[in-house]
Amino acid sequence: MPVTIGVPVLALFLQAYVPRRLPFFSIFDLPLLVTIFFAMARRNPISGLFTGAAIGLAQDMLGAYPIGIYGIAKTVVGYGASSLGAKLDVENSGARLLVTLGFYLVHAAVYFTVARGMVNLTLNWSWSRGILAGLANGVLGVGLYFLLDKFKQRT
Amino acid sequence: MESFLGRYRNLTILVGVLFLQLLGLAVQVKRSSDPENTRLIRIWAVDAITPFERVLVWVQTGSGNLWHNYFYLRGVRAENRQLRQELDQMRLDQVRLSEDAEQAHRLQKLLAFKEQVIGKPLAAQVIGTSGNDLSQSIYIDKGSNEGVKPDMAVITSGGIVGKVLHVYPTTAQVLMINDQTSGVGAMLEKTRVQGVLKGTPDGSVVLERVMGDEKVSPGDTILSSGGDQIFPKGLPAGTVTKVSPGHEMFLNIQVKPAADLSRLEEVLVVTERQQRQVAVEDSGRVRAADILAQRLPSVPDKAAVAAAAPISGAKTTSGQNGSAGSGLPATGSGAAKPQIVSNPAAGASTSPALGSGKVTTPGGTVADASGTHNGSVAGQASGGQTTKKSATNTTASAPASNVSPAKSTDTSSASSSAKPIAVPPKPGNQQSKSSPPAPQPPAAEADPH
Repeated sequence: MPVTIGVPVLALFLQAYVPRRLPFFSIFDLPLLVTIFFAMARRNPISGLFTGAAIGLAQDMLGAYPIGIYGIAKTVVGYGASSLGAKLDVENSGARLLVTLGFYLVHAAVYFTVARGMVNLTLNWSWSRGILAGLANGVLGVGLYFLLDKFKQRT
Repeated sequence: MESFLGRYRNLTILVGVLFLQLLGLAVQVKRSSDPENTRLIRIWAVDAITPFERVLVWVQTGSGNLWHNYFYLRGVRAENRQLRQELDQMRLDQVRLSEDAEQAHRLQKLLAFKEQVIGKPLAAQVIGTSGNDLSQSIYIDKGSNEGVKPDMAVITSGGIVGKVLHVYPTTAQVLMINDQTSGVGAMLEKTRVQGVLKGTPDGSVVLERVMGDEKVSPGDTILSSGGDQIFPKGLPAGTVTKVSPGHEMFLNIQVKPAADLSRLEEVLVVTERQQRQVAVEDSGRVRAADILAQRLPSVPDKAAVAAAAPISGAKTTSGQNGSAGSGLPATGSGAAKPQIVSNPAAGASTSPALGSGKVTTPGGTVADASGTHNGSVAGQASGGQTTKKSATNTTASAPASNVSPAKSTDTSSASSSAKPIAVPPKPGNQQSKSSPPAPQPPAAEADPH
């Protein structure tokens, strides 16, 4: 339980704090990685979507846009990751990298769709940047998942 | 239906969660389009957070106020009392400094004036008055210990004040010029007409012994002529305020004293006059033509000088033109009106009533004619001061004549106010009497005073 709450809170804190010191860190999405991890680890779509919804709404709280954009996107990611984790072996690092890359793109797609369609935000999508950011998050996710696997094994 | 929900349970929950979030987002977006409304969740967040902030601020403010309004203010009453004392002290200091500043300003003017005054002035403070309306006199804080002597001139930066009447070890009494018993040799600045500045019983000042045919107008400046041997020549004495015909042939000239005699605080006592002035007067007579020759640029004419020497009997060591040396009429290009006085009574017109001060006798010597404290000398006596200017350059061994160039003493004004008068030479005796100016009262007239 402490890990379930503490890790997402720590991820939100780092996502809000580190880019102030390291601007390039904004390319990463730690709450998304945590959502994917918990969703795939628990392999329960209901748990995954609620985890994604909670983390997404919390992330919306830190931003300036209307609350719910990240929530919807991470709900979808959590549901999909938990569903995928229940059907596939996601313990492999390569699979985790591809899963993370795929869900990053899904997350971005949902986010852009909601932001443009409902909130009428002006956002520009770049495939190169999207793929590059997905790969970066995948690489970071592989390492993060490795660390989080330690906590999973302890619990 | 139940089987459908059971079969697609996860998907149904997902759709439900997404629907709720979309609904909430739609609500936010709709409300955000209305600028008057605020997102409800923001309001809730603010309502949830601000009470804690208010409590925190209240505690912080209360503790701060408690510190600043009680603990920190301990001893404020004593501090307030101390500050009030300091304020009172500073007010007193301010008044004192203001007085000092005004005094410094006056002293600065006095010092600037002091540098221009002939002789050696001594600064003194006015410490009192006579306390009598009929006697216009003051007391100063300098006396015989500081070298003050009777008949010394007392002046300010504004003008002349009076003369020292009585001297005590540490104080002295000064008779002001508006006292009815005082008299000052004065002259009009423009016309150089001389007269006697006297006080009246009511404390005003008049200029007497100015002939009725002289042009005197209100606003004219009156200077000390120096003939009374008390006041240095050229000091501001007053300003003509009113001119009216007086008794006999003289004008009645009302004068406003240059110095504010009613508000005297610091004065200067002229303790020492220029030594060369006395030396000149003791040196004997100097001819008016010689004085003029000294002042006018000329080319020495040896032949003329040689020819003139036997006639005039004068030995001149400086460049003098022939006409001057020969005693010819001293028509001066730009020369003033020299007066050669031969009549002792006229040349040293001294009124007994006015008559303190030193009088230049026809012999060129200076006699102390002071018998009373309230003396003044008519303007003719100013000749001695004029002659001193040329005495340094001229050695006159010729038959002396008491030259009283009453209207030529001021070289700066001599050219502008020149009244060339031909002085007929008298062989064997250079002394002649020309028509004296207005302040030259006849001897018979001077006696009654």
